[in-house]
Order: sequence, then structure tokens, then C-alpha cells
Amino acid sequence: MSITSTALLTRATRLRRRTPPKGTDAGIFTCVSLTLLALFAIGPIILFFFNSVKTSNDYAASSLGLPKTWEWGNFLDAWIQGNIGAGLINSAVVVAGTAALTLVVSGCAAYALARLDIKGNRLFINYLLISSSLPTQMFLVPLFYMAVQARLYDTQIGLILIYVGLFSPFATLLLRSFMLTMPKELEEAARMDGANELGVLFRVVLPNALPGLLTVALVTALSAYNEFLFAVTFIQNSDLLPASTTFYSFQQGFTQNYPLVTAAGVIMIAPMLILFLFLQRRFISGLASSGLGG
Amino acid sequence: MTFHSDVYVATAPRDMRLMHRKSFAARIRDRRVSGWLFMLPLILINLFVVAIPSIFTLFFSFTDWSGVGDANFIGIDNYTKLFTDPEFTNALVHNIYWTVFFLIVPMTMGLFSAYALTRIRRFRVIFRVLYFIPHIVASVVNAAIWRSIMDPTAGFGSLLHLNFLGNPDTALGSVAFINNWAWWGFLVVVFLAAMRSISPALYEAASLDGAGPARQFFSVTLPGIRPTFVFLGLMTIIWSFLSFDYVYILTQGGPAGSTDVLSTLLYRNAFTNQESGYASATGVVLALISAIAVVTYLVIRRVKKWEI
Repeated sequence: MSITSTALLTRATRLRRRTPPKGTDAGIFTCVSLTLLALFAIGPIILFFFNSVKTSNDYAASSLGLPKTWEWGNFLDAWIQGNIGAGLINSAVVVAGTAALTLVVSGCAAYALARLDIKGNRLFINYLLISSSLPTQMFLVPLFYMAVQARLYDTQIGLILIYVGLFSPFATLLLRSFMLTMPKELEEAARMDGANELGVLFRVVLPNALPGLLTVALVTALSAYNEFLFAVTFIQNSDLLPASTTFYSFQQGFTQNYPLVTAAGVIMIAPMLILFLFLQRRFISGLASSGLGG
Repeated sequence: MTFHSDVYVATAPRDMRLMHRKSFAARIRDRRVSGWLFMLPLILINLFVVAIPSIFTLFFSFTDWSGVGDANFIGIDNYTKLFTDPEFTNALVHNIYWTVFFLIVPMTMGLFSAYALTRIRRFRVIFRVLYFIPHIVASVVNAAIWRSIMDPTAGFGSLLHLNFLGNPDTALGSVAFINNWAWWGFLVVVFLAAMRSISPALYEAASLDGAGPARQFFSVTLPGIRPTFVFLGLMTIIWSFLSFDYVYILTQGGPAGSTDVLSTLLYRNAFTNQESGYASATGVVLALISAIAVVTYLVIRRVKKWEI
């Protein structure tokens, strides 16, 4: 905090101690800009939805307007022809496995980094920061050959382990900064009562860190669900393809029928969209309040 | 960096011998030992997925490995080749354009929107949700959304007689635009959270001094969120050099190399051109660029004494 702002702060507290209402009357310019930006964010998705219920001819005429007729059957056709059901189930397995394993791995590590004063703490955090910002291409090729050797290539467990490896450094940093904001007193009390570290972790820290854990689970699930590069490189068996590569191969094979491809895309984003709308407050505020270094 | 984690794994069992001691010092040590045990799963999985393959890549960058068969040690030839390779320079320049674009456009949009959101009374939550939604759309679907909007026969492309993704002059900008659509909402959310931790008293004092909204932004908001701002700026640089998905899905580096970036060049060299050794050298250069950015951030953070 700069000297001027500190001065401002003390002066303000002297003038009036009551916290002023959040937000002030915003000008027309602000309101119009915010609305236009909202349209920019949402408009393309609405157009995409319109395109998914058009006929091929309707789409070919314009991909920007309302549909002339609403072809709801597109969703069923896309579901069947694109093998979307299998893709969603495969994604569910990979996403659930990745989220659960990441929570265990990162939860334990974050607790150690936030609460147990281990040697090399700082160094390890820096390592995690660097490791989560390494280019994936830095290890993609050797990882591929290692996965083949370990018989983990073209298996869901292999993809899950890779995702846990990719997402756990960031998840650990996120959880750690969340745990740092939690009061220490409860843990100290539990330790006084003779609880061991495992007991403290599972009975005190994790229940209190539930919002943070939920955030990490959501962020990890989202990343795993949307991930493309590793999914396309490590899963070849068409029975095991997750939703993202199922959609990609459907798109490659059916480029002439855009409304059907679009319908498949709508089905693919629907689960995450619904999950997000239900849990948005926790999702967003958790992700943002974790600080991300700020 | 990876060697450190090796050392710690190795020292963990030695410290365990001290566990039977009951003194206060030993209890502290206890926690240090159990600390490393708690981190073991993370360390192991990180070793096998990230660290060991990365070391292999470093090793292969000094060889002529094609992806199969034997690798012969060729010293720093791959690295000297990089700096005379026009494809590498071409891709590097595109990465620099990309970085500048992402440092300016989404940062401005994010800061503006977040600041505007702090100044409205109602609908803040709704706006925040709407801005964030594109960020949760998978890159494959996002690409499909914008390909249909920009479509040269049915979409804006036909209205403006412009093949956004097919024209070498507009392709890179279009891909960056599409990627930004999914990105800026995330910045809004992070900036907004940082801005809301600024004491309202500061704004009040500033407005008593006669500062308008713009003045308040530059003298209260921006200084108040500086750590977040610097962090996201550096992360933007890193992510700009690693960006892969959108270029690969939308244009695969084309047309005529006009959207090629380092990561797509690397991918092509590794998997299409069977030049894994050469691609590995590109990977090492990319890793160095992000390492420099991260270290810069860490140094700034230490000098300025910011909390995590």
C-alpha cells in the first residue's frame, strides 16, 4: 500500500467510520458497455444453439439468424450418429476419476505446504509454480512412449493419471492458498487433544476446507472435461473416446452437415453449463478468492 | 528443479528414525517428516508425468532422434538450427504478436469490466456469470461456434466478403480473437475479486477529494490490485507462448504458415516430420521462456514482499 493510499485511508476513517454501500450510481456509459460485453459473451452461444436446430439448407442460407423451423430431431440424430452417449459416459469416468484423485493428492500436499513447516517448503512451491507453467509439449513425446511401456496407453486409467499429474500442481497451489486463510486455532486444539496429523487433516482441516475442495474439484473437472491435446494423443480406441474427441471426430467425419455437428456441440457443453449455473457462486468466488497470486 | 524433489524423497526415511523422540523439537520434526509423506503422492505423480519426461526431452534435444529407433548425440546442433530456421522465426514473431494482443485486449476488457462491475448496484452477479460462461466452453466447441459465425459462405465472412480464417492477413488475428472470447471473462472474475478486497474507505476518500471514476481507477484501484495485475500479466506472457489448442483446431498453423506458433511448429516437427530431437529443442526453448517469466514474477514478489 502506497503512502498516499494509507493517508487516504486514515483520513477516510476519521471522516466516517460507517462502511459505505457497495457500488455507486453508474453512468449510462458503464451500463451500456456492460450490456454490450454481456451480449458479446453470450450472443455466440445463442447463435450456436439456433444453428443446432436448423435444417442444412437453412444453415447454408445464413448461420447468423433465427431458425426458420425448429428441428429438435437434430439432437437425437446427433446423439445417435455421433455416439455422444458413449462419449459422455467415458468423460464422466475420466472426469470423476481425475477430480477424486486430484483432490486426494493435492489435498494432502496442500495441507503439508500450508500447515506443516517442512524444509524446502518455499522451493517446492516455486517448483510447482514452474511445473504447472511448463509447456505440455515439453514432455508430451517421452510421456507417450512411457505410457506405451507401462501399458497405460489407450486406457482410461492412463489418461486419468496424466490429468492428475497435469492438474495437481495448480490444484495444490490453489488449495494451499485457501488453507492459509483458515484459522489455525481449531487444528491446534485438536493437536492438544492428541490427534495425529492424519486425524487433524481429515477431521478438522478438510471439513473446513470444503469450499476450497469443491472449487478445486470443479476446476479440475472442467479442465479434464474440456481437455483436448492429451485426449486426442492418448486415447485411440473409439469405445473409450471422451466427449471432446468424440465431438472432434464427429466434426471431422460430418463436415457437410453443420447443424448436426452443432447439435452435438450443444449436447457436449450442456452438462458443464448446467453444473456451472447451479454452482456458479462457489465456482467463481472460490476460484477468484483463492487469489491466484494476488 | 526436479532434482530437489528427488533429494527430499530420499531424506524422508532418514528423518523417520527421529520419530520416537518425544521432545518438543522432535514433535516439530515429526510434522516435517509427515509433511513429506503427505506430499509423496504429488511428488511421485509429478515425477512420472512431468519431471522425468521433461528430462528425456532435454536429453533428446541434443540428439537427432526421429521418434523411433536410435538417437545420436549431435551436441547443440538443434539449437543452432533453431536460430537459422525461418519457420522458427516466423512462429516466434507470431507468438510475440499473440503476447502483445493478450496483454492489451483481454487485460483492458477484464480491468474495465471488473471496475465497472464494482460501480453498479444491481445485476453484478448476473453479469459476472454471463462473462464467465465462454470460459467453460470446451475449445473444440468454441472453435465450432466461431467457425460458423465467421463462415465465409453463411456467416459474417459472406457479409463482409472476407474469409477470416482462410486469409493469411486476418487468420492470426481471428484465432487470437476467438481464443480471447473464451479468456477475458476469467480475467474479469479474478480482477473483480481483487478489486473487492480494496477498502471502500479509499474510494470514499478519493471521491471526497474530487476524483472522478477514471481518476479513482488509476489512483486507487490499479495500485490496490497490483500483485494480481502483475501475476496475470506474467501468466499471460507464459500462456501466450504455450498457446496451442485454438491454432491447432482452427487452422493448424495455416494458411501458408500465417498462424503458426512455436507449439504448433513443435507438434508438427515431432509427429509429422519425425524430427523429435529438433522438436525437443523447441520445447526446451519454450520452457526457458516460461521459466524466465515465472522467475521474474517470483523475484518481483520477493522484492515487493507480496503475500502469495
